[in-house]
Amino acid sequence: MKLSYYPGCTLKNHAKNFEDSTLCSLSKLGIQVEELPRWNCCGTVFSLATDDLIHHVAPLRNLIRTKESNSDKVMTLCAMCFNTLKRANERVKSDPESLDKINDFMYREKIKYEGDVKVLHLLELLRDEIKFETIAQQMVKPLKELKVANYYGCLLVRPQEIGIDDVENPTILETLTTVLGADPIDFPYKTECCAAYQTVDKPEIVAERTYHILTSAQSQGADVVTVSCPLCAFNLDQRQKETQKQYPEFKNIPILYFTQILAIALGCPEDTLRFDLHYIDPKPVLKEKGLI
Amino acid sequence: MRINLSRKKIKDPFVGKVEELSGQNLLACYQCGKCSAGCPAVSQMDILPNQIIRYAQLGLKEELLESKSIWICASCFTCNARCPKGINIAEVIEALRQILLRKREDHVKVDKLSDSEKGDVPPIAIVSNLRKFTS
Repeated sequence: MKLSYYPGCTLKNHAKNFEDSTLCSLSKLGIQVEELPRWNCCGTVFSLATDDLIHHVAPLRNLIRTKESNSDKVMTLCAMCFNTLKRANERVKSDPESLDKINDFMYREKIKYEGDVKVLHLLELLRDEIKFETIAQQMVKPLKELKVANYYGCLLVRPQEIGIDDVENPTILETLTTVLGADPIDFPYKTECCAAYQTVDKPEIVAERTYHILTSAQSQGADVVTVSCPLCAFNLDQRQKETQKQYPEFKNIPILYFTQILAIALGCPEDTLRFDLHYIDPKPVLKEKGLI
Repeated sequence: MRINLSRKKIKDPFVGKVEELSGQNLLACYQCGKCSAGCPAVSQMDILPNQIIRYAQLGLKEELLESKSIWICASCFTCNARCPKGINIAEVIEALRQILLRKREDHVKVDKLSDSEKGDVPPIAIVSNLRKFTS
C-alpha cells in the first residue's frame, strides 16, 4: 500500500522521534509512505471565526498537494495537523460558497480544490486499513508488563464530527496497547486539555495541568504515558521541569509517542526511537521491562 | 462585583457581532452550567464559561473584553462537546478574542518574549500561540 503523508512542522525537529518511529513501524507493516512535495504549515489551529476564510488557505493547499501526487487520501501523525486539515476540509465541503472564495484566492494553483481528499490520522489507518490483527501478526516483541496510560488530549477526539473515536471515552489507544501485549491503565484525565499553546506565555498553567494529568496516571500505576500530539508531548515531558518546581512532591514519569511503543513491539532499531529528544529518559523503565 | 444592566447594552451591536463571528445563537443557552463544570481552565478564570454566555446575551461588553478568561481558554472544545443545547461556547470565546485582536490589541507581544520562551518551545507551540493571541 502506498500512502501520502503530511508531516507538519514539528515532526521534523522536536518530534523527530514521532516521525522516525512511525516510518519504521509502517515499513515493518509493508506500507510505503510518500511525503507530500512542497507541504506547508497547516496553521496548527482551525480558524473558529465564521468570516475568517483566509486561514483555511494553508491547510487546503496541502490537500491540493495531495491531489498533485495523484492521491485522494493523506495521512497525518500530529493531532493538531489532523484536526486543522480535517476541519478545514469539512468546512469547505459543507459550504461551497466559501470553497469558491478560497479557490479564487488560490488562483495560481493548477488544481481547483473540490473537497475530495480524505484526511486520515495514523491511528485510523492502523485500525481501519492495516487492521490491528496485522500488527499482532507482525509483532516480534510483546510489551509484557508495561503499564501504559494512554493520553488522547483534545484534538484527536473533539469536535465529535471529526474525532477518530468516542468523544468522551475513546478507547482506540487502549485497544492498540492491548494488541501490543502491554497493560493499558484507565485514568480520568485522558482527554483533559494540557493547556496547549499557553505553554509559551503562561507555562505555570501548563505545569498545573501536567501535574494533575500525570499524577492521576501514576496513581493508577502507569509506567509510561503515551501521546499522539507534539504539543502534548512537549507539555507533559519538557514541562515536568516546571511542574517539579511548582509541586516539589511530584515524581517524574516518561512520556512516549504511541508510535515509539509500536516501533519497539515491531522490532524497530533503537535509533528510530530517538530517546535523545526526551526530557525524562524512558530508557530505565524500558530496560527494566526488558524491552530495549 | 456590581453589574449594571440596561436595555441599551442589550441592544448594543456588540451582541450581534459576537453572534455573527461565532455563528452561535446566544439565547439558546438556559444556564445549565455543564460547560463550566467540564472546563479544565475554570480555576484560572474570572468569568466562567456559562457566565460568558450570559454576559454576552446582556451586552456586557467591557466586562467580557477585560476578562482574563478569554485568554485562559485554550479551545479544547470540552464545553462544546457537552452543551445540551448545541452551543459552541469555544467559538463565542474566540469571537470575543477576535473583537480585540481585530483592533490590533494583541495579547502576546512577540518582542516581549524572552529567548528561552521562544527558543525552547517547538514550532507548533509558537505558531498556535501567535495564531490565537496576536492579530
